[in-house]
Amino acid sequence: MRRALPLLLPLAGCDTVQSMTGGDGRQGALFNDLFVIFAIVTLVMLALVLTGLIASIFRRHPAKSSVPGENDEARDAPFRPLLIGWVALIATGLLFLTTATYLTDRAMQARAPANRLLEIEITANQWWWDIRYKSSKPWQTIRTANEIHLPVGIPARITLKSNDVIHSFWVPNLAGKQDLIPGRRTDTVLEPKRIGVYRSQCAEFCGAQHAHMALDVTVESWADFNAWRVRQLTPAPAPATPLALAGYNYVTTRECASCHAIAGTPASAQVAPDLTHLASRRSIAAGTFPMTRGHLYAWIADPQGAKPGNNMPVVGLEPNELHSVIAYLETLK
Amino acid sequence: MSVMSGKELPRDGRDLEGTELHERLEKTWGTPPGLWAWISTVDHKRISKRYIVTALIFMLLGGILSLVMRVQLATPESGLITPDRYNQLFTMHGTTMMFLFAVPVMEAMAVFLVPLMIGTRAISFPRLNAFSYWIYLAGGVLLWVAFILNIGPDAGWFAYVPLSGPEYSPGKRTDIWAQMVTFTEVAALAVSVELVATILKQRAPGMTLSRMPLFVWVSLVTSFMVIFSMPSVALTSGFLLSDRLVGTQFFNPYEHGDALLWQHLFWFFGHPEVYIIFLPGVGFVSHIVETFCRRSVLFYPAMVLAVVSIGLLAFGLWVHHMFATGLPRLGYAFYTAASMAVAIPSGVQVFCWIATMWDGRPRFDTPLLYVVGFIFTFVIGGLTGVMLASVPLDLQLHDTYFVVAHFHYVLIGGAVFPLLGAFTYWFPKFTGRMMSERMGKWTFWTLFLGFQLAFAPMHWSGILGMPRRVYTYPAGLGLEQTNMLSTVGAFAFAAGLFMFLENAAVSLRRRANAGSNPWDASGLEWAVSSPPASYNFAHIPVVSSRTPLWDNRDHLPVMTGLRVDDRELLITTVMEAKPDLREPSPVPTAWPLIAAIATTAMFIASIFTPWAVVVGAVPTAAALIAWFWPKGPETPEPVIQ
Repeated sequence: MRRALPLLLPLAGCDTVQSMTGGDGRQGALFNDLFVIFAIVTLVMLALVLTGLIASIFRRHPAKSSVPGENDEARDAPFRPLLIGWVALIATGLLFLTTATYLTDRAMQARAPANRLLEIEITANQWWWDIRYKSSKPWQTIRTANEIHLPVGIPARITLKSNDVIHSFWVPNLAGKQDLIPGRRTDTVLEPKRIGVYRSQCAEFCGAQHAHMALDVTVESWADFNAWRVRQLTPAPAPATPLALAGYNYVTTRECASCHAIAGTPASAQVAPDLTHLASRRSIAAGTFPMTRGHLYAWIADPQGAKPGNNMPVVGLEPNELHSVIAYLETLK
Repeated sequence: MSVMSGKELPRDGRDLEGTELHERLEKTWGTPPGLWAWISTVDHKRISKRYIVTALIFMLLGGILSLVMRVQLATPESGLITPDRYNQLFTMHGTTMMFLFAVPVMEAMAVFLVPLMIGTRAISFPRLNAFSYWIYLAGGVLLWVAFILNIGPDAGWFAYVPLSGPEYSPGKRTDIWAQMVTFTEVAALAVSVELVATILKQRAPGMTLSRMPLFVWVSLVTSFMVIFSMPSVALTSGFLLSDRLVGTQFFNPYEHGDALLWQHLFWFFGHPEVYIIFLPGVGFVSHIVETFCRRSVLFYPAMVLAVVSIGLLAFGLWVHHMFATGLPRLGYAFYTAASMAVAIPSGVQVFCWIATMWDGRPRFDTPLLYVVGFIFTFVIGGLTGVMLASVPLDLQLHDTYFVVAHFHYVLIGGAVFPLLGAFTYWFPKFTGRMMSERMGKWTFWTLFLGFQLAFAPMHWSGILGMPRRVYTYPAGLGLEQTNMLSTVGAFAFAAGLFMFLENAAVSLRRRANAGSNPWDASGLEWAVSSPPASYNFAHIPVVSSRTPLWDNRDHLPVMTGLRVDDRELLITTVMEAKPDLREPSPVPTAWPLIAAIATTAMFIASIFTPWAVVVGAVPTAAALIAWFWPKGPETPEPVIQ
């Protein structure tokens, strides 16, 4: 049945990194099954209606008396059983779909076992994602931005908060949406079943750059995930080249440090994305650009041109400052 | 015919017939030429036409915005328009289409048709009717002037807090939006009250509730829906304005407010609103099917019950807009069931229309083509609606282009296709002229195919992960083809709308020769001339069936005795429509316009200072006092049998 869904999507061709048809998570797969059930039932109902409509249009209508509306009420009677049957059919179909809905919903809600291996807190901001991997040991807490890594087959409990307006967390390949609402705490569970890279995108209109508020999701093996986690726990390396050192000095003492944090350096502000492992991420500016040197230049030199309206100001770096800042940021693997 | 002697007042009937009667009624009810008469008229037909023309202008403006958006979305990462401008565009498109086009145009159709369908000379509270048009016009102009000045709202037509709140939407944009909502609320509530009173108290003698035309039933139900749902949005947009202007904290979670309160109150209005737009379509379709199939719609009681039950269910499913907000699961079950249940009355209606076509002798003139297009499109939209009622499906499909496709199928398929069919069908009644049948068929097919091309691919865009309200999307997600198809289709649909207006404009220049009943229809509105005289009916008709013109082909029975030298209406009883009273109907006056100007000044100034409500209340109250100034003892008189 899981394979049947793409058949309904002649234009889709193949599953992408941001498609509901992916079914790459437990809930995503359940969604696919339920969608196929609904698609079949609704297509049958549509076919019945269209058959009736076409038959009524092309039927050879007998030339009855030319007076309109004669004996109309009496002529209604033969249709009565048909109407009753039609209503019964609709009601049965709805009952079936409602039952399927409740069962699927319960299956999706079935909580992961008590061992809480993975607890992630996601805080939405205009227009980026603040990520914290929680741990009972404070020194094992990870802070990153705009990307999450998940080990395959292990349920991740995700707590969702918002710092400003309402956003919605949605990884279509893995599971449905859950809103992030200021003043409330919501949660969801992701249970990826297949290794791969996916894309998440904010699904509730949240202002100027709602279109550019994405999140990279990497599902990997337990070993790869652990390697990533260990790497994330390490502070930023000291700059090795003179250019990178100049960049380090700029980033940690000038405008950048008033918003961003880099672990292992004096930069420790929390209002903007954490940069400690910036260069290891797949994209820049919440999934707006791929992580390349060219895009990094464009972004740092003119963030308002690259993503108009976002909260990173144009600092006005001199060319030599720009080169050094980029050289330093590229060391943040 | 001489002047009546003694205390006898001139009344229609027996001694007063034909041309003489027409001239005297015209003198009493007519709107003479001239600007002043044009401004002060309270004729429901004139006000309805103003409403319709204005609503169509707003539809064109909203449509142009959608074309700009479609051009922007035709290709990925397009730089045609800035995100700020795009957010204004989709906010204006949604706001214009919902508040300034769909609801007003449906109410305007009812304002024209209901008094004619039930056989009365005027709508009740005709001055309120004039007032409502001016207020509606002011609200629409306010919104569009703001947009042209680049201070148009940009927080979406649903204006979710906190994004629309004081912190994240500084400036006046959202205040203008919220105050525009106030204008349209006042206008819609006024019209609804008039329609309820007209329908319940002014029906022709003999038109019992069970003989009421379906469109009148629909108007009654939607009017009650407006009366019950609009206060909710009035309250919440008032909260928003007060949060923004005087520093209350209704929606601020950090001061014990709640961001979700807005969503509850907004959708408690917003979902009934969808049915307020769709149900008139049910009425149009029923009348068109009856006339062109030469047979009354099957199972009238079932149709009426279906309309009433949709009206009731509409108030029990607003939370299906909020499945992703994390409310209690058990509550969701109720809203899933209620949302799906709408399929039952809708299914009954679709059955009855198709069975009517089966059993009748259909003639596929343009209006009936729109009905066929409507059934096809609306059923698809309804079935995707069933999908969206399911929580697990909705959590994926919600706020994607799948939903955009769904509600355009329901609103364009379910309301605009019937509306265009209704325009074509009642065009002779409005104008005395027929629209071109040939052009009409070309128009229908262009609109129908353009629509499917524009909106069918959006289902796939959504499934491929395209969220709503994004000003652009990245390449490589498989969204390129579907979006390009949608853009091409949108232009085809726009071409169809242009052809429709072209057809109407060309037809208007023809000679008025449609005759009173060109389609050989059954309803009372076809008993009067096309276009109707200012007084509608020379004599009040008496009804003894649901299809009076079919059952009394030679001579429609009438009742006489209403005054001709003064505006007088026949008031009948609510259930049985038995003649009860003769009641005076207000004469033209400019006070509704003056009151509307005072109210407009108060509303707009209150965007800038809350004191405007206090100061502005004085001229508004003065205008209202002048409007309602008693003119002497005019008490309703009992009917002289």
